[in-house]
Amino acid sequence: MSFESLLFQAVNGFASASGLFLVAAGLSIIFGVTRIVNMAHGSFYMLGLYLAVTLAPLLGATFGGALGFWGGILGAALVTAALGALVEVVLLRRIYAAPELYQLLATFALLLIVNDATLYLWGPEDILGPQAPGLSGAVEFLGRRLPEYDIFLALIGPLVLLGLHLLLKRTRFGRLIRAATQDREMVAALGINEALLFTAVFALGTGIAGFGGALQMAREPANLALDLSVLGDAFVVVVVGGMGSIRGAYVAALLVAEVKALCTALGLVEVGGFTFNMSRLTLVAEFLVMAVVLVVRPHGLFGRPQPAQARRGEAEAPLVPLGRTGRLIVLAALVFFAGIPLLGAVASYAPVLALDMVIAALFAASLHLLMGPGGLASFGHAAYFGLGAYGTAYAATVLGLPTPLAFAVGMATAAAGAVLFGWFCVRLEGVYFAMLTLAFAQIVWSIAHQWEEVTGGSNGLFGVWPDPPFDSANGLYLAALGVTVLGLVLIRRLVFAPFGLALRAARDSRLRAEASGIAVEKVRWLAFAIAGTLCGAAGGLFAFAKGSISPEAISVGRSIDGLVMVLLGGVHSLMGPLLGAGGLTLLQDMVMRESPYWRGLLGLIILLIVLLFPSGLAAGLPRKRGAP
Amino acid sequence: MSVPVLEISALTKHYGGVHALDGVSFSIARGELLALIGPNGAGKSTCFNIINGQLRPDSGWVRLAGRDITGLAPRRIARLGVGRTFQIATVFASMTALENVQMALIAARGQVFGLWSPARRMGREDALALLEQTGMAALAERPAATLAYGDVKRLELAMALAGDPALLLMDEPTAGMSSGERQAMIALVRQLTRARGLAVLFTEHAMDVVFGHADRVVVLARGRLIANGSVEAVQGDPAVRQAYLGGAPSSLSEAP
Amino acid sequence: MSARLPLLEIDGLDAWYGEAQILFGLSLQVATGEAVALVGRNGAGKSTTMKAIMGLVRRRANRLAFDGSDLAALPTHAIARLGIGYVPEDRRIFAELTVRENLDLGRRPRPPGATLPDWSMDAVFDLFPQLADMRARLGGQMSGGEQQMLAVARVLVGNPALLLLDEPSEGVAPIVVEHMTRALLRLKAGGLSLLISEQSSDLCAAICDRAYHIEQGELRGHGPMSARAPDIPPNAQAAPPTTSPL
Repeated sequence: MSFESLLFQAVNGFASASGLFLVAAGLSIIFGVTRIVNMAHGSFYMLGLYLAVTLAPLLGATFGGALGFWGGILGAALVTAALGALVEVVLLRRIYAAPELYQLLATFALLLIVNDATLYLWGPEDILGPQAPGLSGAVEFLGRRLPEYDIFLALIGPLVLLGLHLLLKRTRFGRLIRAATQDREMVAALGINEALLFTAVFALGTGIAGFGGALQMAREPANLALDLSVLGDAFVVVVVGGMGSIRGAYVAALLVAEVKALCTALGLVEVGGFTFNMSRLTLVAEFLVMAVVLVVRPHGLFGRPQPAQARRGEAEAPLVPLGRTGRLIVLAALVFFAGIPLLGAVASYAPVLALDMVIAALFAASLHLLMGPGGLASFGHAAYFGLGAYGTAYAATVLGLPTPLAFAVGMATAAAGAVLFGWFCVRLEGVYFAMLTLAFAQIVWSIAHQWEEVTGGSNGLFGVWPDPPFDSANGLYLAALGVTVLGLVLIRRLVFAPFGLALRAARDSRLRAEASGIAVEKVRWLAFAIAGTLCGAAGGLFAFAKGSISPEAISVGRSIDGLVMVLLGGVHSLMGPLLGAGGLTLLQDMVMRESPYWRGLLGLIILLIVLLFPSGLAAGLPRKRGAP
Repeated sequence: MSVPVLEISALTKHYGGVHALDGVSFSIARGELLALIGPNGAGKSTCFNIINGQLRPDSGWVRLAGRDITGLAPRRIARLGVGRTFQIATVFASMTALENVQMALIAARGQVFGLWSPARRMGREDALALLEQTGMAALAERPAATLAYGDVKRLELAMALAGDPALLLMDEPTAGMSSGERQAMIALVRQLTRARGLAVLFTEHAMDVVFGHADRVVVLARGRLIANGSVEAVQGDPAVRQAYLGGAPSSLSEAP
Repeated sequence: MSARLPLLEIDGLDAWYGEAQILFGLSLQVATGEAVALVGRNGAGKSTTMKAIMGLVRRRANRLAFDGSDLAALPTHAIARLGIGYVPEDRRIFAELTVRENLDLGRRPRPPGATLPDWSMDAVFDLFPQLADMRARLGGQMSGGEQQMLAVARVLVGNPALLLLDEPSEGVAPIVVEHMTRALLRLKAGGLSLLISEQSSDLCAAICDRAYHIEQGELRGHGPMSARAPDIPPNAQAAPPTTSPL
């Protein structure tokens, strides 16, 4: 590799950084003022690109190529901003007072809905846009050809940064944004129309994202995977740069993009006889950048520690062990599930469906350990499900290990992943935790997708069949039931043990917990590791149940399924997630498999939950207080 | 003279160009109730947070019973015998009063990573005894979220005592309480200080509490220590009156 | 003074914080040009009363009106625009904005037909000369007392007819309380109406004409300031530590 190619890639990095920055900056501004992490932010970027590739030819036909292209970009940005304003007015206004988790879920639901709406409107094929008139050539640079459009893009980032800086410092709108970022209630109490301000800010943020997406028209085709991939990148950028810092967003975008460009430039590298293809390691590089920054500056390069947010909603009632009735119900449920194989004679589908439910129950319960007692909403629980599933599948097929051993390898893989990722995640709380867990899950998904030698790429791994006696539907089901029951017993013991008490203590008041001598981060780290390991067990069972595992099965949709299960059943109760797991599995089996738009349908269900019970499902039900 | 429970020396902390704390030194002996007063922004919180481990000083050191604890993490300092209560009392809202104290005891005894045996019976007797001492025994089974604010303050005190601390840091122990509650609270702290041989460092804006109960008063203004002495000496100190107490303390501290 | 026109009228006000009801049927009035104290213990509902007036908490009332306008259905910013200046308990200065920028956000021209003098920037700098010297300083770099002055100045430049002051002496040095008392007396003399909440009655005693006493969200009594003071001298009130729920 030459110095010239390094420099060439560096210029390329600037071009990529601009796109990343535009998404992250909008995300940051919106979060600052509304305190909502817009999970659908990548969707606006994606919409911007789809709108641009649609508008540009239309306008081009009437006004000529140049006006069409640039008009298309501008039009796409404006339409995206208008859509953003609409979303703010129709949806976000109803959930500003809702618990954080519900806000994350609502915007995530929006992501699912927008994705399916895009699929409906534009179809599943990638769509290419026109070349940029006047910028479609290339300039000679160090003996290589550098596309003019990339140079243009490289300049856009700093220009938008400057524009935003002036907007924030010099205008009344900017002063309002800065003031509202700190204390929006006080802004309203001074007579400023808060609702209008929020709408304007959301439109601004989504408009910038749409602009960023539209600018990619001459670089990449519009496709349906963009929303999540951009969202994951934007989260990494925001975490690295520091939430709320526009300058930080640019520096972080540049850092991430340059490190990726460097990996591409390095290409094949030989170290000690081994050959590494560095261009395949771009995702790992992104992860390493984030890791280093978070170790040195936990709040990002330009971020500041966030003031502890008061927990919204009522405090949970103290946990009490099951009474006699409760124990009887649990026993009855256990007997029922253990008896399912007997039903197999009359309804052969019963053990298959019950197997799905049992796996979902373990998955949801492991997530609940983090979300309920831990108060940490993971948006990337699919990562550990995936690690468990791939670990098991690889051990069973490639390594040819016996079933129990392969399953153990899967759990160990998930445990290792949870220990590694958890170390970073537990340094953060609230929305930051959610963002980081999602980013890690995206990384795991991408590795599963790209590391073909081990994971089988997009096809995944096949032929993951268990050995006897687990090779029959009933045998596997009973084994899975056993594993799940063991997992649930462990979780329940944990929650009532000193460890569980400490986990809840850290959730209720981190300040008090630390002042009492509780090592909050260590407690959370262990909880993360245990939750990840048990989730990995669910993944391992899944691989055996389906006989295969592919990236599709561990995508972000899996994480969201888990969140919906926990919320359907109620985050306050230990039984809730189990009911939610059963309910959602049945629902998916009966209804959703029939429709290609079932993710969008799931999004609508989430929105309904959030809008009907804006302060949490538990608040919609009568509560028993432990008062004497 | 025996080693002081707490000794801080030449603590300095800057924020940007501002001296939040500028070479502050003082110490506390066993059984002493020491008030730290001064105008807002004088450096009281910074001083507290450095002793507590939430902040690291630019220079200077903190010694606990002769041992250097400068810059240790808050939980390490807690485990070394420093209890803390906050200006806005915080307890674990989803637990009963008893569980709150049990949690504090479990943490103090290093049993947090018990993963299997239920916590319900752990430290129960000791927790009940602490609730008894702070007058909270009757409310032991009440969820903390349903307690009145004055009771939350006393529960927090019971939790701070769980580690059998040598030093208690109390940030405005009577803030948010009525006059009657204030007097009862400080009398309780006074009595515990004597009975347990504690050293207590507290900040306070209610001058009746400070001048009625403190053994000694340290006054900060703009990050510097401007007085350190008995209640009478500090009340009569012209520098203190000018910086903090104002021209007519008597007319302001009593209703006309 | 009851002959004066009521500016703020509250009748049967209930208010909630989350699920918990904090105010129970509270009634009070503030006449034009009058200074009224709201006294009671911490947690009695004083701050909630002010937030309820501003529409910052969920509330319901038989009558909640300012200058004849019903406040019940108005959003917070519209209530502020009617001429109510709210100075919250913890001041809530915009820490990352300068003094000048903080004041800019509060600035609103005098409503047409207003009888009170215009509170221009210069006028507030005249009232609080300390602020004039620190126009470019960030709110976060000011002391508690300076922030308190800025909080009052920030609503004054909006030319309100009524000031709601929540615990203006809480957590500030006695010497700042003296400054603040003098400034508030000047405002009152200029015809501004004041509603001031206090735990200790020192500041109120010097300024207010009447007082309402609330405990546990209910009105316990009201009357002229001088007649009320001996009834509940806060420093002598020997209330036992409460064990009842909030």
